[in-house]
Amino acid sequence: MSEQPFRLFAGGRVDRERPLDFVWAGRRLQGYAGDTLASALLANGIHLVGRSFKYHRPRGILSAGAEEPNALVQLERGARTQPNLRATQVELYAGLHAEPQNCWPSLELDVGAINGLVSRLLPAGFYYKTFMWPRDGWMVYERFIRRAAGLGRAPSEGPDPDVYDKMHVHCDVLVVGAGPAGLAAALAAGASGARVILADEQSEPGGSLLATRETLDGEPAARWVERALADLGAMDEVRVLPRTTVFGYHDHNYLTLAERVTDHLPPGSAPDRPRQRLWKVRAREVVLATGAHERPMVFAQNDRPGIMLAGAARTYVNRYGVRPADRALVVAADDGAYAAAVDLADVGVEVTVVDVRAQAPACAEQARARSIEVLAGHGVVRTFGGSRVRAAEVAPLDGTGAGWAGGARTLRCDLVAMCGGWNPTVHLFSQSGGRLAWNAERACFVPAEARQRVRVAGAANGTFSLAAALTEGRAGGDAAARAAGFSGGADVALPAAEEGAEPAPTRALWSLPTRPPGGAPAKHFVDFQNDVTANDVALAAREGYRSVEHLKRYTTTGMGTDQGKTSNVNALGILAGLLGREVPEVGTTTFRPPYTPVTFGVLAGRDVGALADPVRTTPMHRWHVAQGARFEDVGQWKRPWYYPRPGESMHDAVSRECLAARNAVALLDASTLGKIEVRGPDAGELLDRIYTNGFKKLPVGRCRYGLMCREDGMVLDDGVSARLADDRFLVHTTTGNAARVLAWLEEWRQTEWPELRVWCDSVTEQWATASLSGPFARRLLGELTRDIDLDPEAFPFMAWRAGTVAGIPARVMRVSFTGEQSYEVSVGAGFGLALWTAIALAGERYGLTPFGTETMHVLRAEKGFIIAGQDTDGTVTPHDLGLGAMVARHKDFIGKRSLARADTLRADRKQLVGLRTDDPREVLPEGGQIVARAGGRPPVPMLGHVTSSYWSANLGHSIALALVKGGHARLGESLVVQLPQRSVPVTVVAPTFLDPDGERMRG
Amino acid sequence: MAEQHGRQSALAGLGLDAQARISTRGAGEAGVRLGERPWRAQLALRGDPESEAFLTGVESVLGVAPPTAPLTVSSRRGVACLWLGPDEWLVTLPDRREPRAIARLEERLAGLHFAVNDVSHARTVLGLAGPRAREVLMKGCALDLHPRSFGPGRCAQSSLARCHVLLHQLDAEPAYDLYVHRSFAEYAWRWLCDAAAEHGLAIVAD
Amino acid sequence: MLLIECPWCGPRDEQEFGYGGEAHIVRPADPHALDDAAWGEYLFMRTNRKGAHRERWVHSEGCRRWFNVVRDTVSHEILAVYRVGEAPPAAGRRGE
Ligand SMILES: [Zn+2]
Repeated sequence: MSEQPFRLFAGGRVDRERPLDFVWAGRRLQGYAGDTLASALLANGIHLVGRSFKYHRPRGILSAGAEEPNALVQLERGARTQPNLRATQVELYAGLHAEPQNCWPSLELDVGAINGLVSRLLPAGFYYKTFMWPRDGWMVYERFIRRAAGLGRAPSEGPDPDVYDKMHVHCDVLVVGAGPAGLAAALAAGASGARVILADEQSEPGGSLLATRETLDGEPAARWVERALADLGAMDEVRVLPRTTVFGYHDHNYLTLAERVTDHLPPGSAPDRPRQRLWKVRAREVVLATGAHERPMVFAQNDRPGIMLAGAARTYVNRYGVRPADRALVVAADDGAYAAAVDLADVGVEVTVVDVRAQAPACAEQARARSIEVLAGHGVVRTFGGSRVRAAEVAPLDGTGAGWAGGARTLRCDLVAMCGGWNPTVHLFSQSGGRLAWNAERACFVPAEARQRVRVAGAANGTFSLAAALTEGRAGGDAAARAAGFSGGADVALPAAEEGAEPAPTRALWSLPTRPPGGAPAKHFVDFQNDVTANDVALAAREGYRSVEHLKRYTTTGMGTDQGKTSNVNALGILAGLLGREVPEVGTTTFRPPYTPVTFGVLAGRDVGALADPVRTTPMHRWHVAQGARFEDVGQWKRPWYYPRPGESMHDAVSRECLAARNAVALLDASTLGKIEVRGPDAGELLDRIYTNGFKKLPVGRCRYGLMCREDGMVLDDGVSARLADDRFLVHTTTGNAARVLAWLEEWRQTEWPELRVWCDSVTEQWATASLSGPFARRLLGELTRDIDLDPEAFPFMAWRAGTVAGIPARVMRVSFTGEQSYEVSVGAGFGLALWTAIALAGERYGLTPFGTETMHVLRAEKGFIIAGQDTDGTVTPHDLGLGAMVARHKDFIGKRSLARADTLRADRKQLVGLRTDDPREVLPEGGQIVARAGGRPPVPMLGHVTSSYWSANLGHSIALALVKGGHARLGESLVVQLPQRSVPVTVVAPTFLDPDGERMRG
Repeated sequence: MAEQHGRQSALAGLGLDAQARISTRGAGEAGVRLGERPWRAQLALRGDPESEAFLTGVESVLGVAPPTAPLTVSSRRGVACLWLGPDEWLVTLPDRREPRAIARLEERLAGLHFAVNDVSHARTVLGLAGPRAREVLMKGCALDLHPRSFGPGRCAQSSLARCHVLLHQLDAEPAYDLYVHRSFAEYAWRWLCDAAAEHGLAIVAD
Repeated sequence: MLLIECPWCGPRDEQEFGYGGEAHIVRPADPHALDDAAWGEYLFMRTNRKGAHRERWVHSEGCRRWFNVVRDTVSHEILAVYRVGEAPPAAGRRGE
């Protein structure tokens, strides 16, 4: 066990009473509760954490937060392993196991580093050019590049053992970020009584106040954070969400938040709680207090381990109690560097400051007071070191900053802390559609014009002083609450912050001189994650890429998992300099969700496995399961597909069921059909306008098959409607179209014909339906009912009757989709199983056979009955189906005019026909393409395709339905169904294979 | 869950009575209580909300008038009328009262443009109650259920996870009735059990 | 996700609604009086407006009512909501 040699004896927010053991790259190490993986590694003196993506250069921890481009790790193993996690955001827990992920074959000894020697082979645009030409190049290179690149691994074991949750929540004010501005905003909004959510991505609220030695009200700032949180905790309508990243800002103030509920605990140790939770927040008003990211400085070899952001160095000292080095070189283009220099010096680090500005700022006095040498007007020429920086050359800059004005001097150091300025974290503001403006004084983009109901406060708004951020936060929270109808937050007391020196402007020196005083030029990294250098940007500019969006795609800058949080503005600044334009003229980049990567698990939530989608079942489902039915998915329904007996294949079972339906009696669960009650004096009129055929004159007690079209004349759905009373119809739809047809009726009724006095109500779920088919259907039903006269004279085909079946109130319809004598018995769904079991019992002596959807399909195809959605596909008219007789002449209906369009009258439209294979045993594949003759030179004209195809046990040969160009005129013609390996000769026939006159079903 | 001539509730296959017997002991500490409500008659009622004759006619039969304020419920003596749309309501009544209620409505409203359909079998009602019941709903329902926006006597149709739901808040504990379509009932039940597990779930029988 | 104000149920998430395309396209009283070109105009041609667009939505998961919305197709801002049969509010004419 290591003893954390770089841990300070005191200070910081880690709990030295709670040591935590963890494993990094196979080494057992120790950190403390309150550490991140990054701070624990630094406490152990480990800076080298990975290899760069393209050149495999050694890389260290750059930042202390979400912007980290380098320290990406593979966390945990097995089904819980996760790639690409930022070590700076991974909270340490006992037993944590992490691996560097970009260091094949090992972290210390890396053959990929040879890329560094041959990097001229991988210039900017390498990927782009590889993709563009030669066409096959990428195929060749990919395996090599991917292996060498070694991004993290997705879990290969499954399923994910963890549970994920979602919450929908509404609030008046959502405050993003719990630093000084965010806390002040939440206090003000909360005090008004508004419903407030304060979300912060870190393990504890406080933001920059946790990493500073500044005081508030004369006390450490963290004490004020505690008081603010206590105040917020006492407000009933305030919800504080730590460990929660607001990663998406969508339309209409809809924001998505990922809460890491138990990620900070050892895996599997909190089985009752979700691992992560997705919050979907609809906020009336939003306050963004998202802080700012520090910019790296671009100089030669600025990527060695031990080179980090100055604010990060300060955070490791103050928040985590880590002394990150013995000797530090602090490089400044902004005053922020001096706070780091002072804090480092105060924990015993030997510090030198190099400031690229000609004059040292006022705040340099604090550094000088600690005997820190401040070299104004100087820059870093280059650095030295292997797995850790060990020295840097510094030299005076010339007036323009483009060249060196004097000789270099070498300084020993094991830390370079750089501050190139600060970028307000405008990602969410940009996602919300807000426009950004360039602040020349601080050399950064700041929020300008909001497009949604959003305010920005504190550093995120370019307001960098603590006192001003607090004031701005309070004002933002109060204004947001007022906009949501609440007031009273303006008076919330704010703590007094220290008066600092007037800050000097940031120097926008986007890159230090690339030509060193003697010696070869070396890489100046801009994008650490994607290994993009200042030279790459220059090459892009030379090759004519002038827009930042093109620059991104060409160089891949900003396109890593960090979305260029540390690199975008530097790249933009360098490009602007090369083009001789101002930064805002070159543009900014558009930020898109997610702000930081989110897991698939949290997006899926509990909609996985058995809950991935509703499984709809009929009241008779348990009987089907008990009988060993195989099920078919029809939309969300589970319908019995066929009922195999022991040892039977599907073919055997379906053949048996088909024969039973034609020779004895068979039973189908038809409960899933859509059912709509259409009621009112104009019910018949509505149906007349919807269906191609007439319904107004249908007598009460009778049923009629109807066809409905869209306004373009194409068949939408079909089904049988029963007239229950003068002013009442029961409309049936296909299973899959139940909701669509109801919506269709409502659309016309509400929007086009509000004068019609008619109501439409779904009763699909009210009824369970058992459908009897076969020559014994009537005799079997007769055993179950006493009050319905089944005599064919009294109860003819296409009639319905009410009565009792098996003692249950029932409605019986004599309709037939199988072409057999058929009765559909419907009862209240709660009685469905009782009805079904009664029929099954009574049917035993008739050889009653349950059948599923496959047999239903065969039987109806034998009769040439279509299935809307299988034999039609939205391009088929009633005439195309040979159902022109169902198109009424003397009334209008939806789609009728379209049936007279030149296109719908074409003789060569695809029309429904039957197909017989020359070999009667050959069952064509559905979807098979139909051509005129075998062979022929491509392109072979396609004549159509097979829509339905089955083995017909009743007929002893295969049958098929097909849509064929000009098919109605082709009866008797020989065509060919072209399969991948062979051609199947077929003959076009009428689409009715059995009982064309319908005697069986009418009898 | 009363059985009548073999009538079965939508969740008859889950053995909820047995689950409830096991689970009731812990009901006191559970954050959420869940059960299938006893069978009630349900009628889909359509009519013109601006017709005084329709509103008073319904009231004379059922004892409650259809509420005309959106998203509200009128209830009295075991009869409730839930607003579903500007001309659409769901009426719930004690079990087996539906034939007589329909007959009397048709008689009383004769000549008016209205419609009443028996939908007693179409939906099952899940009772969800307890101090964490609101949080459970928020996991799958995007409605604003905060007491400032939604409270006892309110109803709304929306989505719960991936199925349609008619939600009726009964009291401030809060307790809700969730009306789900019969074929979705098992899905809704399993989803609620999964979502409630975090808060401690007791299965209860009414 | 848009927040759409149903005229009856109030503001609800977009996922509760169905989209019905451009509003105020009146079905010809006598379709057969139209030639193919005029019928095609009614059937297929829509304005595809950039800016304030009058369109139909239905509250499918809620009250099942169809209604009209004026939505800015660039910003997705909803400028007005009104019932079937009501005239579009003046704001809805912006951008015409
Ligand atoms: Zn609505």
